[in-house]
Amino acid sequence: MSHPALAQQFTSDRTRAEWHDRSLWFVREKRDRMAHGVPEWELLREHASAIKLHTMSQLPHYLEQFEKNAAARGIIVHWAETADDHNRIVYEILQRHGVRRVVKSKSMLTEECHLNPFLEKRGMEVVDTDLGERIVQLRQEAPSHIVLPAIHIRKEEVGECFHEHLGTEKGASDPNYLTEAARNHLRERFCKADAGITGVNFAIAETGGFVVCTNEGNADLGVSLPKLHIACMGIEKLLPRASDLAVFLRLLARSATGQPITTYSSHFHGPREGCELHVVLVDNGRSSILQSPDFRRSLNCIRCGACMNTCPVYRRSGGHSYETTVPGPIGSILAPVREPEKHSSLPFACTLCGSCTDVCPVKIDLHHQLLAMRGHIDAKHLLPVSKKLSMKLVSAVLSRTWLYNTMGWLARVSLKWAPRFAVYNPLNGWGRQRELPIPPSATFRQMFAQRRAGRKSAESGAAAPVAREGSKSREGSQTGGQA
Amino acid sequence: MKVALFVPCYVDQFYPQVGMSTVAVLEHFGVQVEFPEAQTCCGQPMANSGCMPEARPLAHKFIDVFDGYDYVVAPSGSCVSMVRHHYEEFFEHGDVRSARVRRNTMELSEFLTKVLGVKTIFGSFPHRVGIHQSCHGLRELRLSSSSEVMTGRDDLLKDLLSQLEGISFSKLSRNDECCGFGGTFAVAEEAVSCMMGDDRIADHKAAGTTVLTAGDMSCLMHLDGLIRRQKLNIRVMHFAEILSEAIC
Amino acid sequence: MSNSARNAILAKLRVALPESSALPQLPAEGPWQKFEDPVRRFQEVLEGVGGKLVRVATVREAGEYLESDDRWVKATVRWSAVEGLGQSTIDMNAIPDPHELENVDFAVLRGGLGVAENAAVWVTDEGLRHRVLFFIPQHLALAIPARRIVHNMHEAYAAVQVSRQAFSCFISGPSKTADIEQSLVIGAHGARSLIVFLVEEWEH
Repeated sequence: MSHPALAQQFTSDRTRAEWHDRSLWFVREKRDRMAHGVPEWELLREHASAIKLHTMSQLPHYLEQFEKNAAARGIIVHWAETADDHNRIVYEILQRHGVRRVVKSKSMLTEECHLNPFLEKRGMEVVDTDLGERIVQLRQEAPSHIVLPAIHIRKEEVGECFHEHLGTEKGASDPNYLTEAARNHLRERFCKADAGITGVNFAIAETGGFVVCTNEGNADLGVSLPKLHIACMGIEKLLPRASDLAVFLRLLARSATGQPITTYSSHFHGPREGCELHVVLVDNGRSSILQSPDFRRSLNCIRCGACMNTCPVYRRSGGHSYETTVPGPIGSILAPVREPEKHSSLPFACTLCGSCTDVCPVKIDLHHQLLAMRGHIDAKHLLPVSKKLSMKLVSAVLSRTWLYNTMGWLARVSLKWAPRFAVYNPLNGWGRQRELPIPPSATFRQMFAQRRAGRKSAESGAAAPVAREGSKSREGSQTGGQA
Repeated sequence: MKVALFVPCYVDQFYPQVGMSTVAVLEHFGVQVEFPEAQTCCGQPMANSGCMPEARPLAHKFIDVFDGYDYVVAPSGSCVSMVRHHYEEFFEHGDVRSARVRRNTMELSEFLTKVLGVKTIFGSFPHRVGIHQSCHGLRELRLSSSSEVMTGRDDLLKDLLSQLEGISFSKLSRNDECCGFGGTFAVAEEAVSCMMGDDRIADHKAAGTTVLTAGDMSCLMHLDGLIRRQKLNIRVMHFAEILSEAIC
Repeated sequence: MSNSARNAILAKLRVALPESSALPQLPAEGPWQKFEDPVRRFQEVLEGVGGKLVRVATVREAGEYLESDDRWVKATVRWSAVEGLGQSTIDMNAIPDPHELENVDFAVLRGGLGVAENAAVWVTDEGLRHRVLFFIPQHLALAIPARRIVHNMHEAYAAVQVSRQAFSCFISGPSKTADIEQSLVIGAHGARSLIVFLVEEWEH
């Protein structure tokens, strides 16, 4: 289904859509307060962007540096060209260790690669340990947000889900009670797990280590008990220096959830004694994005989710309306870069308001990329035929002033005289909930010409009062309550 | 100073009074504008639909029509932003004419404050005005501070309107959220578009707005469409109309 | 296979690298946010994220404070890495498998420094057999020398050596989640409470 159809579905439950919008706006406001508390906020964004752009311009060098330093610390580094390669590599490591049960903290990369079903098909149990991810896993859904995976679910629904799966009291919906139940349920899983998988927020080339950020502590619990830790990362997660982390850790949580920093920012620089630590470096299309001047800046993304929280469309259409691993503005670039046919409606699920660009902590020019992506969709002949044809027609009309004048006259006259049912027909998407403008008797250019002519004959240099007739004529016809 | 007026196509056709008010305001401040008759549209509808080949002739037409003026003034932040920020790809790198026209194309409030240096306006508008921050004026032209960015800026539109006697402003809960117009978005994503518009209107209603204004008639066309359908008692005016009504 | 994938990725990346741009310098001294009273700021932020700051003159005084804390008093299984700050009930040397720490009620560990801007405490696994001790106890206390409060993260990274230990972490407050309707719940998977002791005269 296309975004408009799914968005329409989501908004049809207006109360829920409004609740969803408010929940995310609440997070956006927390972000604003946090950002206001840092006087050098805009400088941090500049630095973050510059660090990322620099890293991308020398990515092969930094990857090699990371690999060398990681190996020196006893970290085993793997390379995966595709999602499938990634899954196979992870599976082989797990298999070699005889793993049956895996606990996994939040990792957009493993979502992107669909690691869970891959491992489950091969007989392994994979438990997502982030509370939000566990909720959607139990409900057999995809996350609807990259930082707040269960933001679309009401507490009553979580209560029902936990009643069914975790045996909580029927009808219970208190978040404290439900979280406590999840804590106990997941503790058991942590203790029984044979391996822990995490994502990576930042990897550091100069040290060969990496950082994982969580609030719940689930990543750390997941990898501090079993003997095997596998960390999966996209190749764009690299930073040159440890000191760069200061910039990014200051920005990440403030942008994501409006916290000064996540509760745990764990730095891994080697395996525990007698244990193994693996890092899987995944390309899966990133090298192609890097080759595209229009979209390479999307690789700056640190997955904070701020663009989702601020996007007026995302907030009202819900994450699932995007049908992608990463939804919202950044997802509307990442998905069609890879599969334009499948996601051609996403760059248009946007008013080009630019709020995403302004919240982005790494200064990705999101709305300009979305605009550029529309051009790519057109160039690939993926625009709906009706849209392309009408744009061709409108362009032809607007390119010829006489034709524009004629067509404009025709539009105004037909709008004026056509009966209401003919104008507000089911095909008129504008008119379902909105009135069309009331056609005036003359265009601006006619009024202006008239005025200049009148003035010439009157030989008066002072501002003629004709201008006001235009604005007066509208008062009665265009203001509220006249429909 | 040779100043040309650019009136967006839909304003020409459906909101001539906005164009006339712009003329009146400019003349009030001593600027005699010309209206080059050959003008039509900046090409934004096509460009925002991804149809670059269809937008290209309009960009060229725009430059042809408006080259030779010291300034091109338009009562629309959105069209100005199209010309200034998105014309690059339609012209050869280093093209002097297009660069000149693009640089000299200005939104009305910007022209009044930055070029004419208007500081005081004598006039009265005793109404509670709700300002809708049109996105392209806000986040492309930076005519005011957006709530996302931590650098403070003057709010050109509000500063101008503040000069009017008796005017008061609504305090909104979301100061600069998009109205949901978005060009073809308004129809393609009708459900979300209208919900966004309704939310803006509800915010203005709660804040006591009696006159809703903005720098872009496109946002107002969408909001006015909802307001009229719902028979709400909010008057919708482009800020040029407010200025012209207040000072003339 | 790994090597060919590696070379293929690197080769693909080198096809069209963006123009090189400069890496910004990030001097520890600024222009970063500083506070008139960094300890007060640390305390405010820590309380904001659900933790508690306790300022003490000596380690012994911190120990006395613990004796007045119900969570410590009622804890059956306790462990302290700080000599003189609470009595351990278990012998870490006798525990080879971290799974056996599942029932730890309260742990007291050392922190390297505290960051005023975000109440983060830098901890490492130096001298610590099981790093899970930062995460598995029901309650956690971290003790840091009072003079080791820095203003911001830039100063923090300049002061620590990130890669010296296999594991290190910034901990800011107790474990938490807001995954159910954005309601903040303290005590997700890790510690349910966090006390940070700021010790004026630290002998170690």
